[in-house]
Amino acid sequence: MRQLLTFIRKEFLHVFRDRKTLLMLFGLPIAQIVLFGFALSNEIKNSRIAVVDYSKDATTTRLISRIAASSYFDIQRSLAGAGQLQAAFKKGDIKMAVIFPASFGDNLQHTGKATMQVIADASDPNQATTITNYLSQIVTDYNTELAKDAGQPMQINPETQMLYNPELRGAPNFVPGVMALVLMLVCTMMTSVAIVKEKELGTMEILLVSPFKPVYIIISKLAPNLLISVLNLIVILVLSWLFLDLPVKGSLLLLITCSILFILTSLSIGLLLSINAQTQQAAMMGSLMGMLLPTMLLTGFLFPIENMPLALQILSNLVPSRWYFIIVKRVMLKGLGITAVWREMLILTGMCLLLFTISLRKFKIRLQ
Amino acid sequence: MRTLIFLLEKEFRQILRNRQTLRTLLIAPVIQLIILPLAADYSVKNISLAVVDNDHSPFSQKLINKITASGHFRLTGYAASYPEALQMVEEDQADIALQIPSHFERDLVRENNKQLYIAINAIEGTKANLGGAYLASIIRDYNTDIRLRWQSTPTQPSTQPTPTQPSTQPTATQPSTQPAAGTQPSPADAAPQVEAVSTNWYNPLLNFKLYMVPAILVVLVTAMAAMQSAFNIVQEKESGTIEQINVTPIKKHIFILGKMIPFLVLGIILFTLGLLVGWIFYGVVPAGNLWVLYASLIVYLFAMLGLGLLLATYSATQQQSMSLAFFFINIFNIMSGVFTAVDSMPGWAQAIVSTFPPSHFIKIMRMVVLKGSGFSDIAWPLTAMALIGLFLNTWAVLNYRKTS
Repeated sequence: MRQLLTFIRKEFLHVFRDRKTLLMLFGLPIAQIVLFGFALSNEIKNSRIAVVDYSKDATTTRLISRIAASSYFDIQRSLAGAGQLQAAFKKGDIKMAVIFPASFGDNLQHTGKATMQVIADASDPNQATTITNYLSQIVTDYNTELAKDAGQPMQINPETQMLYNPELRGAPNFVPGVMALVLMLVCTMMTSVAIVKEKELGTMEILLVSPFKPVYIIISKLAPNLLISVLNLIVILVLSWLFLDLPVKGSLLLLITCSILFILTSLSIGLLLSINAQTQQAAMMGSLMGMLLPTMLLTGFLFPIENMPLALQILSNLVPSRWYFIIVKRVMLKGLGITAVWREMLILTGMCLLLFTISLRKFKIRLQ
Repeated sequence: MRTLIFLLEKEFRQILRNRQTLRTLLIAPVIQLIILPLAADYSVKNISLAVVDNDHSPFSQKLINKITASGHFRLTGYAASYPEALQMVEEDQADIALQIPSHFERDLVRENNKQLYIAINAIEGTKANLGGAYLASIIRDYNTDIRLRWQSTPTQPSTQPTPTQPSTQPTATQPSTQPAAGTQPSPADAAPQVEAVSTNWYNPLLNFKLYMVPAILVVLVTAMAAMQSAFNIVQEKESGTIEQINVTPIKKHIFILGKMIPFLVLGIILFTLGLLVGWIFYGVVPAGNLWVLYASLIVYLFAMLGLGLLLATYSATQQQSMSLAFFFINIFNIMSGVFTAVDSMPGWAQAIVSTFPPSHFIKIMRMVVLKGSGFSDIAWPLTAMALIGLFLNTWAVLNYRKTS
């Protein structure tokens, strides 16, 4: 036991001596929480659009001023003709163009019907859908008003309520996402270099010839990373509470228990990578190239998992951060208790035990 | 010049010798590019919906059918009460709860006005945003539908309402709604209508993969270029071989060029492989000129390799360079517009993002690949990238010391 403590102390010294790495490890979550929390938003506002008005009558003026008054649109300029549209789209100056054909107002008055054209830059499909919809809403509102005189019957008024996040801020989705991402990647990366570094520098030999149990080597390698991750977690929680107005709604104890479970799982992944890799570079590239994008995409905080092909949905079950992300959303944002997350906790526990056992088995006490 | 060639020979040998590195450098990104666009699908088509139908009328039934038939929504279940539906949202069984109040049909007919209650789980902002928009547009269509049917068949509705309602009620309101239309009441006569016909340019089928493949390729090239160049130099530092080079009369800039050119070549190879994968697996064919793409790529790699070099000059161990590189890459990935639009960020954040080389390159990629933009269209992002690259490289060269 005393041996173990001494070794843990050695590892701590190694980690805390490296100020630059430490700075990054703690700087990353802070920068991410601040940037993502304040900067990322899913609301699409002030989309730059162009208006081409061939009619220039009272109706088009009224419609244009309504579009201009909406906070969703920012009328960039009025183009003289539709010929300039292509160029403006290609430059990325505008996201949408609204075209009123000649005698728009006349048609409306005499035939009771007028058609305007809306062209959206669909290179970003979702943005195109959203802003087209905003525009239809404005047109519908205008129609309703036109119809007021004629007495529009049967008006359905949908009353929409945005639960948990009424302002559609990015933060409530991104904080749990960042927690999952940062904890997972920091743990995996830091651990993945831990053992292979000793191999590369040749100090592993010294460790192996000492009367020190292999499992102790592993535990002492994991201990500092566990501590750093828990500190990181606390920093993230405090920051999101103070700056992003996102307190932990549920039980803090439950959240921390689940987090430690998740951290241990990620540490085990790093361990496995470290044991398999030959060089630090390979371990790092493995943990970065191999883990970064899959973690980002398969966790479910950027893209909905139910949209993915079945094979990827199954694959996403293997990504621990997916389960942790669900836990954080339920406990932190919705304030649910253990009854809502016990299944996810069980999965994480299973993963952790399995990975750790495999690592222990694969850990070689001979060099070659 | 001759020294440079020798250095390049050495670097290429070192890279090609190590199979594991080569695997992670080229094969892993290609596999990721094949798989990940499948995961990055944000077209909203599976929003789960919990319905509380307190009306049980033909009207409410038709509304529910219309919503589920749209393809965007999946009916996960009927709830007996609104709180129960909210409970389903809370447990993630449903994303949206829709309540059709009792007497929905009767009140619509009698009072010409009725509320529908919708509650959306807004934690996932985009989904909530789009889901709400789709639902609103379906309800709008539905509203127009029933209105048209009502107006075109003025006598029919008396038989349609639920039996509990006296059939005289709807007809009583009829005269007030359509005073003018005595004969053949077509919708156009009822009220003047503006119709908005929308067209989607550059991606008419709203294929989300066309949008994601170019961006994911940039992310992969970024990870490779910036990190590998940093690791590579630091590796020499850590193993001590850099000392041997430092004592030779090799000039600083020759040494740096020798480190940068191999990764420039690797970056171009990876990019080409990526374009091929995009074409073969996802049918993404750049609409614009390939030379525009490759010229931008070289400028981009110059900037990112400069960053890698700069990180290398500030780190003593591979671990340090890794955590530094990770710091930047993680922030670049999320902030540069791969996943959320840069346009919807506040001004200060957009200013910060404009100093990130990937944000410009992703923009260029999407413009050239999807819209076929040319050099004149991308002049500004290209210049910005070149300036950032120049700045980073100058800083790195100034900061690189042959002696410690």
